[in-house]
Amino acid sequence: MKIVYFAALRREIGIGEESVAPPADLATVAQLLDWLKSRSPAHAKALSAPRVLVAINQDYAGQDSAIAADDEIAFFPPVTGG
Amino acid sequence: MDAVKLVVTAEDFDPGAEIALLSSGAGTSGALATFIGLVRGGTDGVSAMTLEHYPGMTEREIAKIIAEARSRWALERVTVIHRVGRLLPGERIVFVGVAGRHRAEAFAACEFLIDWLKTRAPFWKLEETAAGERWVESRDTDDKRALRWEE
Repeated sequence: MKIVYFAALRREIGIGEESVAPPADLATVAQLLDWLKSRSPAHAKALSAPRVLVAINQDYAGQDSAIAADDEIAFFPPVTGG
Repeated sequence: MDAVKLVVTAEDFDPGAEIALLSSGAGTSGALATFIGLVRGGTDGVSAMTLEHYPGMTEREIAKIIAEARSRWALERVTVIHRVGRLLPGERIVFVGVAGRHRAEAFAACEFLIDWLKTRAPFWKLEETAAGERWVESRDTDDKRALRWEE
């Protein structure tokens, strides 16, 4: 599973992407987030921000969305373009 | 010529050339509306900003927003150009242009496109100030403007 981070999350965690192999019983984004928070204090802090948006394979997803081993899952703050 | 032009680039664009493109060979269009976003100068000592994006998803989201606009209004042409990278005050960030039959739909579609772009397309602004760098926070006013189009 490929995890990518953008903007403030990327800066706080200190990496833009990482390959992870979460336990097979993790089924949803919410469960994946909890698991990722255990990877380091920086992960825990960044991923606990009040609003963290998620995309699965480059489409917006939600906390309850299902995850798969070959997904690209992105976490990022609310967007500020335009 | 394609009816839709969508570009995410570090390069500047030429507004005149983009307007000329939107109006060239316009068949049934009677109105052309454009919006250009600039890096605001003189606010809180911001000396530059850097636009970050999610290559691939950003283009996909903008394409979806354009498709939504075209489902709501009869638009002959749509152009969206969004810059990324480091920009200085006064520099152009974004161009939105639409050609449609009448001004009401051209104005509405143009405003819709920039409102949804601001709240949905994955871009993030990092400002440089004398006190250091800071990420621009998303604004409730932008969310409210985007929500107007949900009705």
